[in-house]
Amino acid sequence: MSTARIMRLRGLVRKEAWQILRDPSSIAIAFVMPVILLLIFGYGVSLDAKRVPLALVCENPNHDTASFTAGFFQSPYFVPVRFGTVQEAEKAMRAREVDGIVWLRSDFSRQMLSEGDAPIGLLVNGVDANNARIIEGYLQQVWAVWLAKFEAAQGLPLRIPVQVDARVWFNPSVTSTDFLVPGLIAVIMTLTGALLTAMVVAREWERGTMEALLVTPASIHEIILSKLLPYFVLGMGGMGLSVAMAVWLFGVPLRGSLWLLLASSSAFLLCALGMGLLISVVSKNQFVAGQIAIIVTFLPAFILSGFVFDIRSMPAAIQLITHIVAARYFVTILQTLFLAGNVWRVILPNILALVIMAGIFLGLARRASHKSLE
Amino acid sequence: MPADTRKSIDPALELNSVTKRFHTKGRTVHALDGVSIAARRGIVTGLIGPDGAGKTTLMRLVAGLLTPDQGTISVLGIDAVSQPQRVQSIVGYMPQRFGLYEDLSVKENLDLYADLHAVQQADRGAHYSDLMRMTGLAPFMRRLAGKLSGGMKQKLGLACSLVGAPPLLLLDEPTVGVDPVSRRELWAIIHRLVAERSATVLLSTAYLDEAERCNEVILLHEGRLLGQDEPAAFTRRLAGRSFHVFASHLSKRALQERVSQAPGVLDAIIQGSRVRVVTEQAVTPTAEQLTGGAAPDAQITPVAARFEDSFVTLLKGAVNVPEAARAAPAFTAAAPSYRPSEDVIVVRNLSRRFGDFYAVRDVNFTVSRGEVFGLLGANGAGKSTTFRMLCGLLPASEGTLRVAGVDLRSAAAQARTHVGYMAQKFSLYGDLSVVENLRFFSSAYRLKGAHQRERVEWALTEFELGPFADATSRDLPLGFKQRLALAVALMHQPDILFLDEPTSGVDPLGRREFWRRINGLAESGITIMVTTHFMEEAEYCDRLVIMAQGRILAQGTSEEMRERFRSDDLPNPTMEDAFVALITAAENQQVRSAA
Repeated sequence: MSTARIMRLRGLVRKEAWQILRDPSSIAIAFVMPVILLLIFGYGVSLDAKRVPLALVCENPNHDTASFTAGFFQSPYFVPVRFGTVQEAEKAMRAREVDGIVWLRSDFSRQMLSEGDAPIGLLVNGVDANNARIIEGYLQQVWAVWLAKFEAAQGLPLRIPVQVDARVWFNPSVTSTDFLVPGLIAVIMTLTGALLTAMVVAREWERGTMEALLVTPASIHEIILSKLLPYFVLGMGGMGLSVAMAVWLFGVPLRGSLWLLLASSSAFLLCALGMGLLISVVSKNQFVAGQIAIIVTFLPAFILSGFVFDIRSMPAAIQLITHIVAARYFVTILQTLFLAGNVWRVILPNILALVIMAGIFLGLARRASHKSLE
Repeated sequence: MPADTRKSIDPALELNSVTKRFHTKGRTVHALDGVSIAARRGIVTGLIGPDGAGKTTLMRLVAGLLTPDQGTISVLGIDAVSQPQRVQSIVGYMPQRFGLYEDLSVKENLDLYADLHAVQQADRGAHYSDLMRMTGLAPFMRRLAGKLSGGMKQKLGLACSLVGAPPLLLLDEPTVGVDPVSRRELWAIIHRLVAERSATVLLSTAYLDEAERCNEVILLHEGRLLGQDEPAAFTRRLAGRSFHVFASHLSKRALQERVSQAPGVLDAIIQGSRVRVVTEQAVTPTAEQLTGGAAPDAQITPVAARFEDSFVTLLKGAVNVPEAARAAPAFTAAAPSYRPSEDVIVVRNLSRRFGDFYAVRDVNFTVSRGEVFGLLGANGAGKSTTFRMLCGLLPASEGTLRVAGVDLRSAAAQARTHVGYMAQKFSLYGDLSVVENLRFFSSAYRLKGAHQRERVEWALTEFELGPFADATSRDLPLGFKQRLALAVALMHQPDILFLDEPTSGVDPLGRREFWRRINGLAESGITIMVTTHFMEEAEYCDRLVIMAQGRILAQGTSEEMRERFRSDDLPNPTMEDAFVALITAAENQQVRSAA
């Protein structure tokens, strides 16, 4: 590199740094946005059913029913409410005051140990299918546990032939936060990375400074590089902040190595910055660039990255589309690094995919920018 | 110097039959159509023409930012079409909207361009101080560019494009939107640059009065070359063809109407209380010839030709002048509904505060029926604030405001029904057709049924918009957009018409046509109030006030103001001379009172 080249690049990078320091908008995108999104999603989005309002109907309260329902009162998952009749409970469910009804019929004690009809009626509000399934699962477990205890206490032989002994891997406490937060970081970084470059380059076009910049000795490579370098540093700062929040605020374990995290984040950030560059070169307007960045990066990253919705359960055509969503690879990498560790077999191909995609986006952005206005 | 020998001297810039077309939404616009020009080294070449002439396209072609569809471009011996980067590396370029980095200081902006042009650190000190001496920016090195005034920003933009010490400087409308004082300073810098560094400058402008400041002028209109020569050569051709006509018992507008229809008259415009005439032949016409017997005692005095005279003459020869621009149909506006007193607008001790800051301070004036009244001032002088208060859009902090006999403080809504407003920018709905815009705005003024249809019909006929009735407003030519905007402002038959910078950027023929309509309105009794920073427009006004920093500096006719500054140095002061003198005097007084 010639000295003139270095001088030009240094001048451009320094200019960008001054702008970052004086204009709070890029700092807001890099640091404030991830914090806010992590707080909102980290605390707001949870796939655990907790404190579900549950109606308890005991038609004939006695020692047995009391010992059974006591389980619900101790569980962190339910907020039980007692109702005298099942009709009243149904009314409450229609009013969405409760999400489920546990109905212990009058012959609960007698039926309990005999074959045939189940002594417990369970009604679950199926509007939220996910919630319904979770409540059902919990209830079955509570029932099974109680039954086992009851029979043991009665000195009866265990009558349940097969007992499910479930062991959850990677996330033993089954807290969905541990699983969601790493994916969330990937989604947030897609948005931050793309917005950073999309907005700043579009701003140069909008304010007319780009036109002045084009008629200087600076080459298009230097101009692009001067946009990438400072915002790469800024984006990595935001990434670091997000990881710190994940570990220290949400208590997500980080089992993989920091170096691998750094390498994969770099590859992903280049990908996102490249997308942003491409968007801004095409739109040349801050408002449009912002809109496009949200639509083409954030939404696919949210829906098609496997962050919430498992890619394997998507139709084949949609699965195919997920391959062009960069966040998909990063979600896998982050979930692996956080919950499992350095599983090279999983991480390497995903990093490779990110590097290829970064190359494609940056190459496209380079091809789309000319030192001309046409 | 004849054109042939000029071309033989190695020019800094040469364009040969350059054509550039743009395609938008199925339409093709010929931004430049077979233009061949050359710019000599070491002088200022002015690229002059109204909006849409192709000035910016030409600048961008020269800067290698656009590629021509046909033709060759040579910049300092480099082929700009095949080697744009080489051109971009050596020229200095200041685009029209020179966006400085507003969150960078003056010095940081300069540093950036010094880095880009690889100016060695050791050379910067001397280089900067030279630039600062030229531009007068030295005291502001640490100030953020965004906190500079409009004129200073422009100077900083110029300084940035000079950092690389370019042999050729391309300046795209550097003086647009800059107040007259700063405009003069910018020109002084450019001339010093040429003298001290023997730089070559190509500068574009829409202000015709700047032509005389260039060594050579290239006239463009709608993508075509109208001529290239020294500015004096343009006016020389018109020697003996410009006159002032004054008739004591005929109003200036009636006189203009008469004179413009006289045979052999190319151009007739109002200038103060007189009418300026350009004739086809270099023979002094008689009063009889000019006024057709209406004013046999009219005084006719020869005056020096202006650049605008030659531009209009060339334009009329080059383009098919629409009938409307020549013949003046009698304007039929409905008689105003409000009659009682003669003073239609009364402003007393008007002030407007924003926090501690007085945008308008203690302003007094009255405007009579049928008068064309001007509000002249640079950006930030308080024109727009005054205007908004008169339109009832902004309450006054102090003072009284009466418009059409209605006190604006108590009945702003009622006053607004008497007022028509035409905004500076095209503020109609671009996606609607001409008729849809007329219908919408007339219904906004509660016109309906037969009356509305009648008014829409009136607007289409009166403004000759009939053939464009169903055209999308956005695609109309500038002149027609302006007509539509004026028609919309008149739909509800207001007594008072407010015009905000009505003809900035419009070509001289369009401006003439516009003012012909305005004069017709004034004759029919409608009061016209105009704000402008365009000195030429001031000449069309009966009376005007000059504002600066929220105060009125002077009030009267344009002739009275020019007369005040007549001296041996300035035997024929222009409106701009008067303006600059007033502003400078006011600033000096301020400095004295502060000291």
